[in-house]
Amino acid sequence: MQTRTIGEVILDIRDVSLAFGGVKALTEVSFDVREHEIRAIIGPNGAGKSSMLNVINGVYHPQRGTIAFHGVQRTQMRPHEAARQGIARTFQNIALFKGMSVLDNIMTGRNLKMSSNIFAQALYVGPALKEELRHRHKVEEIIDFLEIQSIRKTPVGRLPYGLQKRVELGRALAAEPNLLLLDEPMAGMNMEEKQDMSRFILDVNDQFGTTIVLIEHDMGVVMDLSDRVVVLDYGKKIGDGTPDEVRANQAVIDAYLGVKH
Amino acid sequence: MTTTALDTFPRLLLHHASARGERPAMREKHLGIWQSWNWSQAAEQVTAIAAGLAALGFQRGDHLAIIGDNRPRLYWAMCAAQCLGGVAVPLYQDAIAQEMVFVLHDADVKFAVAEDQEQVDKLRDIKAQCPLLQHIFYDDERGLRHYTDVLSLDALQQQGREFARQRPDYVAAEIAKGGAADIAVMLYTSGTTGNPKGVCQTHAAFIGSARGDVAFDGFTADDQILSYLPMAWVGDHLFSYAEALVAGFTVNCPESSETVMIDMREIGPTYYFAPPRVFENLLTQVSIRMEDAGWLKRKWYKYFMQVARRCGAEIMDGKPVALGDRWRYRLGNLLIFGPLRNTLGMSRIRVAYTGGAAIGPDLYRFYRSIGINLKQLYGQTETCAYVSKHANGDVKLDTVGKPLPGVEIKIAHNGEVLVRSPGILKEFRKRPEATAEAIDADGFFRTGDAGFFDSDGHLKIIDRAKDVGKLNDGTLFAPQFIENKLKFFSHIKEAVAFGDARAMTCVMANIDMQAVGDWAERRGIAYSGYTDLAGRPEVVKLIGECVERVNADLAQDSALAGSQIKRFLILHKELDADDGELTRTRKVRRGFIAEKYAVLIDALYAGKTSCHIETQVKFEDGRAGMVSADVQISEARIFSAGELAKAA
Repeated sequence: MQTRTIGEVILDIRDVSLAFGGVKALTEVSFDVREHEIRAIIGPNGAGKSSMLNVINGVYHPQRGTIAFHGVQRTQMRPHEAARQGIARTFQNIALFKGMSVLDNIMTGRNLKMSSNIFAQALYVGPALKEELRHRHKVEEIIDFLEIQSIRKTPVGRLPYGLQKRVELGRALAAEPNLLLLDEPMAGMNMEEKQDMSRFILDVNDQFGTTIVLIEHDMGVVMDLSDRVVVLDYGKKIGDGTPDEVRANQAVIDAYLGVKH
Repeated sequence: MTTTALDTFPRLLLHHASARGERPAMREKHLGIWQSWNWSQAAEQVTAIAAGLAALGFQRGDHLAIIGDNRPRLYWAMCAAQCLGGVAVPLYQDAIAQEMVFVLHDADVKFAVAEDQEQVDKLRDIKAQCPLLQHIFYDDERGLRHYTDVLSLDALQQQGREFARQRPDYVAAEIAKGGAADIAVMLYTSGTTGNPKGVCQTHAAFIGSARGDVAFDGFTADDQILSYLPMAWVGDHLFSYAEALVAGFTVNCPESSETVMIDMREIGPTYYFAPPRVFENLLTQVSIRMEDAGWLKRKWYKYFMQVARRCGAEIMDGKPVALGDRWRYRLGNLLIFGPLRNTLGMSRIRVAYTGGAAIGPDLYRFYRSIGINLKQLYGQTETCAYVSKHANGDVKLDTVGKPLPGVEIKIAHNGEVLVRSPGILKEFRKRPEATAEAIDADGFFRTGDAGFFDSDGHLKIIDRAKDVGKLNDGTLFAPQFIENKLKFFSHIKEAVAFGDARAMTCVMANIDMQAVGDWAERRGIAYSGYTDLAGRPEVVKLIGECVERVNADLAQDSALAGSQIKRFLILHKELDADDGELTRTRKVRRGFIAEKYAVLIDALYAGKTSCHIETQVKFEDGRAGMVSADVQISEARIFSAGELAKAA
């Protein structure tokens, strides 16, 4: 019973090409992402999916093409600028602080929202104290949302993989993003963990209205979750549309099942 | 408000709101912080829900279903229904939708309070099958924003406050109309056969039972309880609802079902109940973590646990203990027991109870010896869980204590325990024939359990009455009691006792492959597999010693002394659910085993010393094979009470 409305285009990618030396990672890829939608990027291994995410949040700078986020065009942007604009992400191979607790890890996601200076923070006085309490409240909301209360104080390194993925999602959410990039959020999970994660992704999208771009290999999950799917193969876009359209697209079928040459 | 007698739950609530309005009534951890509501806030919340229900047409005698984990507002909703002369019907939160249909039908439920989306979805799924169900309310709004056919408790309370502005005296007048003999709550018993039965309990029954308990253990408004067991279970209703309202103590609701252990450490309850398996899991965790501890800690732990085993329970019961041991125990308390209790969240516990299933003596002794006042209680839904309890300082490992104040217990000629008390059920919902069957002409309730009083006047529950038989000479024979005693030895995995309508008690046992395997390895006994190991004379001797210790135990009870195990054998294969010998929940199917191993039983009773048997077994991949062996049959030593007295 979804009543959310898909809005305007907030991310517009035009003719983006990215090459590392002679290796062409992306060739003239164009697609857009609308507000509040769940947009999946799929494709075989090495198709350029992660490169695409890295281009969106400014880790890689494409040699050609433009990216417009909320109507602002850019060619060069660094990751922290992307973060400031409201883009948060998770990684294919979890990038958390293993020795820190779940709570502290999620708290690091609030970094950009902290305004008091480092000395006030270190002394934990005045506005810094108030600020910390405010951020802690937000972090606790996320912990409650992701149902990880029982591991709040547990060091991340001691957690099973599925839970670490959830913590990473928590840290991304802590930045209160309006665009969330998820790089294979369900890789290596069992059926139950996938179901949990799918529910969280849908809930994030529904309750916070967050726009989500996700890379995923599990076709069942992709087709259930996403509003629209873009398909990459060898760095080129070969399909774009609703899950049903993509499923019927011959080029996509060929890319996945192979063709006779 | 002129409530003369505190004889209904709503009146008790209003009494606490005026007598100790500022004291905490309820706590719940939310967003990492303990939120608390004092008694006057709790009363306001309850009356707001009650008024909201009234505004939607809740009538006297209506039922309010409550489904979810222990949450303050779900407890308040119970009380709100009772304010209006209604009946609270808590349901098990893990019940599947189809199981709920029966209860909702049976109780004619029109109003239901669900905790969250999961429970709301279940109710909406079955709404078509329950045409009476009109209103569903929810506590946690997550994921429910788009549902149009359900109402949040917040919104309900808002409507209630609006209603109260127009008719300010309505709820108070309804509370005044209520009487102690009204049905307050309906708890469904999990029927192992057929449909569950709704046990109707009055305000008087639960308040009477709670008053008895509160006086017996001296609970006050300063006590703390952690409420984490299902609200639909009679124990939680007695401890967290009835007793909390009688004594005025604080009920603490955990953050989630996974955080119970953490929350327990933070709250430090003074009053605690857990089923035996929880105590068992905790002990396992402690043992595992001690194995990983440093060398010194391991040494200390081992040494002081020996001291505790020797004298801990005696010190707690105030019995005389040698001065040296007393000092050693004090040191142990400082170094080991105190920190251990703290880690378990049991530092402040004054009384802890367990019940519902057999608890191993070792487990029981462990907790008592480290200074946790663990006791047993006995009761069932139909008696408000108020029948018998251990008194402080009068604890016996294998009894359930003496009858509580106001409880009369009779033992029927077939050994069944009959109970008469203020807490006896009024009736089973819509089942007059079941009610008549359960309560006899003198008002005694048939518990279905078999038991007897030992020489100290403690009640001892031995088995389900229908399973208890008699030996040919008329001696009581309680198979499960004997089997459980055997299974408490780590070397014995399963045991099956025979004796009903026979000349003597004989037992077939399964060794525990892991435990006995380790035992054999340490002694350098070589074996090829289960059948081989089970047939070793050393192993037979080991099991024989266990059997004799059980016999020595049985000899102490005059009623059971005659049912000591005369002959036993160790089965050549492990009993297995795949072969139909156990149920899927690992209970032995005595009848089936008796038929399948008729040859062995004949040999046991014919006095043979060994018997050849071939048995078909099913492997996990579906293939079948044959196991054959010569099973050795042994005699066990029988004790007489006099002999034991001499030895002691």
